[in-house]
Order: sequence, then structure tokens, then C-alpha cells
Amino acid sequence: MIANLASSELTRQDFLSNCDPRWCPGCGCFSILRSLTTSFANAGIPKERQVVVSGIGCSSRLPYYTSAYGFHTLHGRAPTVAMGIKLTNPELSVWIVSGDGDALAIGGNHTMHFMRRNSDLKMMLFNNQIYGLTKGQASPTSPPGLKTKSTPYGVTDNPVRPVSLALASGATFVARVHDKDNAMMEAVMDEAQQHKGAVFIEILMNCVTFHDGAFDHVTAKKERDSHSLQLKHGEPMIFGQEREKGIIDRQGQLQVVEIGQSGITERDLLVHDAYSEDTALAHRLALLEYPDFPFPFGIFRKVDAPVYG
Amino acid sequence: MTETLQPINETKHQLLDELTIKFAGDSGDGIQLTGQRFAELSSQVGEVVRTMPDFPAEIRAPAGTIGGVSGFQIRTGSDNVHTHGDRLDVLVAMNPASLKSNLAKVKRNGIILVNQDTFSERNLALADYQTSPLVDESLQDYRVFALSITKLTRAALKGSGLSGKEMDRAKNFFALGLICWLFPKPKTAVYQWIDKKFATKTVFAQANRKAFDTGWNYGETAELFATPYEIKKATKLKVDHTSKNQFITGNAAAASALVCAARKAGLPLFLGGYPITPATEVMQELLKIKAPDVKVFQAEDEIAAIGSTVGAAFAGALAATSTSGPGLALMGEFINLAVIAELPLVIINVQRAGPSTGLPTKTEQSDLMQALWGRNGESPLPILAAKTPQDCFNMTYEAARLAIHYMTPVIVLSDLYLSASAEAWHEPEQQELAEIPVHFATQAEGFKPYQRNDDTLARPWAIPGTPGLEHITGGLEKQWDTGGVSYDGENHERMVHLRAQKIANIAKTLPLPPVYGNPNASVLLIGWGSTFGSLLEATEQMNQQGDAVAFIHLQHLNPFPKGLAESIRQYSKVVVAENNLGQLCQMLRAQFLIDAQLISKVQGSPFTVDEVILKLKLMMEKSS
Repeated sequence: MIANLASSELTRQDFLSNCDPRWCPGCGCFSILRSLTTSFANAGIPKERQVVVSGIGCSSRLPYYTSAYGFHTLHGRAPTVAMGIKLTNPELSVWIVSGDGDALAIGGNHTMHFMRRNSDLKMMLFNNQIYGLTKGQASPTSPPGLKTKSTPYGVTDNPVRPVSLALASGATFVARVHDKDNAMMEAVMDEAQQHKGAVFIEILMNCVTFHDGAFDHVTAKKERDSHSLQLKHGEPMIFGQEREKGIIDRQGQLQVVEIGQSGITERDLLVHDAYSEDTALAHRLALLEYPDFPFPFGIFRKVDAPVYG
Repeated sequence: MTETLQPINETKHQLLDELTIKFAGDSGDGIQLTGQRFAELSSQVGEVVRTMPDFPAEIRAPAGTIGGVSGFQIRTGSDNVHTHGDRLDVLVAMNPASLKSNLAKVKRNGIILVNQDTFSERNLALADYQTSPLVDESLQDYRVFALSITKLTRAALKGSGLSGKEMDRAKNFFALGLICWLFPKPKTAVYQWIDKKFATKTVFAQANRKAFDTGWNYGETAELFATPYEIKKATKLKVDHTSKNQFITGNAAAASALVCAARKAGLPLFLGGYPITPATEVMQELLKIKAPDVKVFQAEDEIAAIGSTVGAAFAGALAATSTSGPGLALMGEFINLAVIAELPLVIINVQRAGPSTGLPTKTEQSDLMQALWGRNGESPLPILAAKTPQDCFNMTYEAARLAIHYMTPVIVLSDLYLSASAEAWHEPEQQELAEIPVHFATQAEGFKPYQRNDDTLARPWAIPGTPGLEHITGGLEKQWDTGGVSYDGENHERMVHLRAQKIANIAKTLPLPPVYGNPNASVLLIGWGSTFGSLLEATEQMNQQGDAVAFIHLQHLNPFPKGLAESIRQYSKVVVAENNLGQLCQMLRAQFLIDAQLISKVQGSPFTVDEVILKLKLMMEKSS
């Protein structure tokens, strides 16, 4: 009995195809693939019921490297195909793999609409702030000033804030993670596996070739604790290498404070509430950016709502 | 001056071969409803009926203006009725603007029935009349009956408790009553319809019945006309008053075909759509069906509409979308994905006049080349074209069958004329329909996503949820049997040929189109799509007049049926008539190396029979 159970347990390997990934060595995609397949194994859903749908871009090659059903569709259009699959067979768990160009430029419309319908689809947006597959042009998330092949004098447009867009569109599960922290990615993906409704996970991902180190200031091990904030539902917002700093809400303004100074204690800090129907806090958190604030990671919002279809 | 209210000299119960009548009035006059009622009544008594509505492009065009005129044309008669009619025997004009905009279509000596109460100075001015046509001599070539329909209706409904405005809304039933007396139709059927339609508002039901009776009685007693006219019944039409006979437009027929095909195949139906004139009704007709096996998704745009359709096909539904030319342009990239992923899809393209937004409420047949070539790469797919409203059922059903049998997207070409025009129709029973066998792959051992059926060259349909058949599909070129990504040039060439051959092979299964008219003629007329009725009537009339003409109408435009070239080459002169600048004509010339000539019309309206005859005769004179 025990042996049988053990042999039927799925492992990460069960969800990997025998196709060798062709991403650049050191690409953040490897790490995301690792976490996704781990999460697939954790979820225990048989692979014939997992479907991975992608658009076009480096990230969108991911379905070839999993052993689930996959559909490598058109640039920006993965949510539409995912929609048809899910509506036809609601038993399937449908994941969308997309990038910042795919989901926010050409596919911005579909990204917004699958979320506002609260479709039971899970989108992972691999955000590397650059077009990789076409060799280095500015994307909708490229930071102002960035010199790319299409912006020789630097980016002048304002970047899209993916988490703000997801919240405004009505996604019921909104999170941000990064490729340097597999434990956090897996924890968020595991929760997403169980969620009924539109899942949006922004994954900051390093492009070693065209925009290397873009997120080091908030993702590198030595910077991470002091420059980022781990959101945990029901817990006070604390950060810093010695967990010496926190976020408070002072007359409607979020502020960074030192714990222990000016009489501030942990009890004064803002407590994260991901389950609130009111998206006001999530929206404010989505606007926080380094260096004025620590950059938030984790689950911004997770609520139950009627699902489309 | 035209004498009104004079009985005309008719023999008793004169029998008419056919009648073309148009109800016209302001957008708010209930014209569409009145026209539809008369058409359905005519069909119920066993006449062949074709209808054509026309309404303003604007939803609320200014009242009383030419732009605000709504019309509904009906042609009813015996077996030779194939179109909604070129010229009017009777025009019912509820206001000056509707008289002005339709007068040119009325036959000389035709009947014009007007509601003279609306011929106020203001309405005359809105219709751009300097003087009232009822008092000048402009209508002397017609038999004009000017009635006080508004006043008569109000008088009849006095004491009904309705407001003046509410009473006026019943005046279309007065007109219907009068026409139903003149061209006798069963009163009881009208009563039943009224009672059902206004079941929750009995006061309106009573008022409409009263108005209808008043109109009827007016006809009987006012001696406008000596006797009613009988219209010749059909001899070939199967009329079954007891069962599923219905009056159906092309769009409703297409929707019905999708449901029938899905149920025959044992699949759920999925339609991803986006509103666009004149295709929207296909989606809306399906939404009326509340059944778990019919799913309709209104997407955020045409790209999402067909994207969801491709997803549904991958997941194992009978997947369809409906659109018009501009939408088809947006869908091209996804149609191509379905071509390379080899997924079954039904794409119903209800054509309208282009390019670009063009004339969105006018008909045209100018998307054939877009359907055939409007995608990057070598992208073959079958194209079918419906020839009548009810043929939209046949072609859509056939498209579903081909799509599944050959694992390919299929485009069905309809057009605005077919979408809006209607005829009586009997929905086939399930057992009458062609089989649509579905064989989902289930065997994991040795499974290869692109290993083909030897006969059809179709690949297996392996849907998510099936253990052991997990695979990735997508837009990159496929290795010829494993379906894995392949960048190999020789494999690509093999796949380009395989995809082409798969579609080309369909030709041998297709029947040759029947030859109408005189098959021994030296002149062959060829058409496709909604021109069928006009071309057939033109052919029949020409042969009656002693000009020998043969006529074939193509429903399969890609591939053409096997043997078509040989049958066309039997004729020394080939003329293609189409509502574009010669798209089918070019295809026939290119594929068959024949000197096909063109009869073209791109005025947003279908050919009239006279136009076809005139142009064909000119061409025949030139060559002789």
C-alpha cells in the first residue's frame, strides 16, 4: 500500500519534457520553470489536466519544456486561447505564460479582459523589462532612460505597473515574485493552484543578455532584506536586514519608519490584509517603489468571487 | 390628378402568379413586424416567400426623414420565386419619406397605399417634397389609395383606454388587416400571434386585434378594390402546418446548423464572437438556446473571439466563430494558427461592402480573395458559399463536417443579403443529416500528434484531459509525424505540400453543381453565393425568350469539385456574375485557363433579374 502510494506521487521530473530548454545560459526562465514544475508536483493534479498556454517571446517557449498539454499560440493572444480551453473543459487547470511585451503591449487588451471577467485562468507574467526574442527593444515596463535598440536616447514613456493593472482589472489573485527566490515562487504558485478565479503573478525575471541585473537592487541576496518587503497576510509590514524597519499609515500616507524610534513599536505598523474586498490597500502597495520604499513581493490580493463561465 | 378611393376594374377573385409588396414607413411605425407577419402568413398558406428588410444605418434616425425610412419587402408566389423581387406590385407607404424613397421601385400601374394623415407640411418638407404628391400629378402612373389610417385607427380604438400615442402604434395592424383582406390570409393566425406576443399586455392585444379587424373590414366595405386577389400556391414546397416549419434568415439558419452539427457529432458547441454587422445575429440566435451543450462567448474583439474558438477546438468542442470582412481581416493570424495546428474550426463570414468599414449595411461578395489568400504563408483551407438563406444551414453544416473530417478550419461565405433575407424552412430531423463521426485519440502507445489518416491526411484529434497523449502544439512548423518543432527545410516543404494536398483531396468527394437552364446552350452563366435567385430567374426567363443559356452555381469555392473544369469547357462562352470586380472569375481563369467574362455589380444591392438579362444579352450580342 505504502509503496503504491509513494510510486503514484508526482515529482517535479514528471512535469518536465525531454526537450532541452533553449534559453540563454543564466536566464531567469530556468528558475521559473523549476518552480512551476515543483508546484505542479505539489498540486498533485495529473499532468493530462494541466494545460500551459503561451504567446510569443522567450518566456512563451516554456510549454515545450513541460510534459503537460501545451499550446504555443500567437503574440499576446494566449489568454484568448486559454479562455476557449477552460470554457470547453472546466476540469482542466489552465496556465498562461506570458512576458511584458506579450501581455502588456500587443496583448494588453486580452490581459485586462480575462482578469475583469475573473476567468479561472492563471497568468504568469515574466517581466524582464525588455524584448528578448527580437534582441533588445524597449518594452512597456522598461524604466525611463533605459537605452535599448529601439530607444537609443533612452526610454521616454512611462512604464506600465503590472500589479496596478491587475488590481484595476479585477483579478482576484494578484502577486509579485522574482526569479531569485524559488521558495517564494513555489509558495505563491501553490496558493494559485488552489485559487478559483483570475490569477495574475508578476515574476521579475533577469534577462542576462539584454538587460542584465535590472532587478538586482531588490532581488540580490544581500540587498533583498533591506530593499524589499515580503507581504504576508495578517502580519505587520516589517523589512530590513535586522527587521528594524516597517510601514505605517499616517493620515492616509504610507511611510517608512524605524521600529523603536519615536516610540514606534510593531503594533503601530500596517498589517497586510490580502483578503479584503476593498482594493485600496493593495493599490497603494502596488505603487511602492525602491528607493523611497521597499519593493513589495508576495500576494497583494486574494479574494473569492464568482468565476466566469 | 390621381383619383383616390375609386374601385378599380378587376375581375372577380383574380389569380396572381406572384406578388411583390413592400411595407415602408418611419422607423417607429412597426414596419418590420408588419412585414414579417405578412410573410409568415403567406408562407403558412403554401406560397413560396422571400423577404428583404431594409432599415436605417442609424439606430434612431430623425423621424420623418428619408434616412429614417424602414422597409420590408416580400415576394410571394409559386415555384419560380427565388428572390425578393426587383419591382413592387404594391407599396404601403406610412409617411411621405417612405413614399419618396421607394417610388422608383413601384411598377407602372402598381398599387400605392398611403397613410394620408402623415402628409403634413412638415413631413412633406422632411421628405423634400415641394408639393404633396397626393395632389399634384407625380403619381399618375400608379393606382394610389390615400387612406386616413391614423384617424381610422384612432376612431376604432376610442374608449380603449389607450393614449393617442398608444393608439397610433396600432396603425400598422390596420394596414396589415387591409392587406390581409386584399390578399386573403387567415385571420385566426394573426389573432393567435397577437395574443402570444402581447400575452402580458392584453390591452395592447385587444387594440391590435381591433385595428387589424378595422383594416380588414375597411377593405371589405370601402370598395376600394372590387375583389381580393388570390396568389398562386407552390407546388413543390413541402408545407407542414403542424410541425417545425419556420421562417428563417441566413444568419438564423447558420446558427441552427452549428447546433445540429454539434449534436450530430456528439460534441459541445462553442462559438466565440464579437458583434459586427451583419453577422451578429448568428451569435444572438445561439444565445436563445439555453442548453449546457451550447456555449457562446462574447469576446473583447474579433481576435479574442477566434482565439477562444481555437482554444475550444483544441479542447474538443465543435468550435465556430461568426464575423464580417473587417473581423475576418483581424482573424487571419489565428486562422493560420488553426491551419498549422490542424484544428477543426467553422468560420462564418457574412460579407458586407468594403474596403475598410465600407458600407456596413449593404451587401457585397468581395471577401472571396480574402478568404482564400488573406493569410501569410501557404495557408490552404476549404471555402464554401451559401446560395440562399436556408442554404446557410446546409453550408454551415457541411463546413462543420469537413472541419472535423479533415481537421482544418473552414470558411463559410454568406453575405448581408442572405443574413437578412428570409424564407420558409423546415429544420431537418437528426436522422436526415449527414453523419459527423468524431474519433478522439485515446491510445497512448505509439501516439504521434501528426501521424495522418492515409485517406484524409487528417491528423488525430487528441484533447487535453486524455492521459498519455500530452503534447504541445502551436504556430511553429511541425516535424511531419511527431509534431515536434522542426526548422528543417525539407520537412517544411513536405508539410507545405501535405497541408495543400489535404485540402486538394476534398475535391474528389464534392458533387458537380447541377446545370440549370438549357445544358446544350453555348453560353454558360456561373455564379456563387447570394446571387443564385437572380441568376436562376434570369436564366429561366432568357430560355423562355429563346436565348439558350446554361447556368451553374458554385457552393464549393476551394477546392472546386473534381471535373468542374471539364464541364465548364463544354461551353464556348463562360460568363461569371458576381457582386465584386471578378474574384471568382479570376480564380476560374487562373485555375482552368478559360476565357471567362465578367458581369459585375458593386452597388451594395443584389443583382436584379433584369440587370442580369440585359448584361448577358449585350455580351452575347458582342460575341455573335
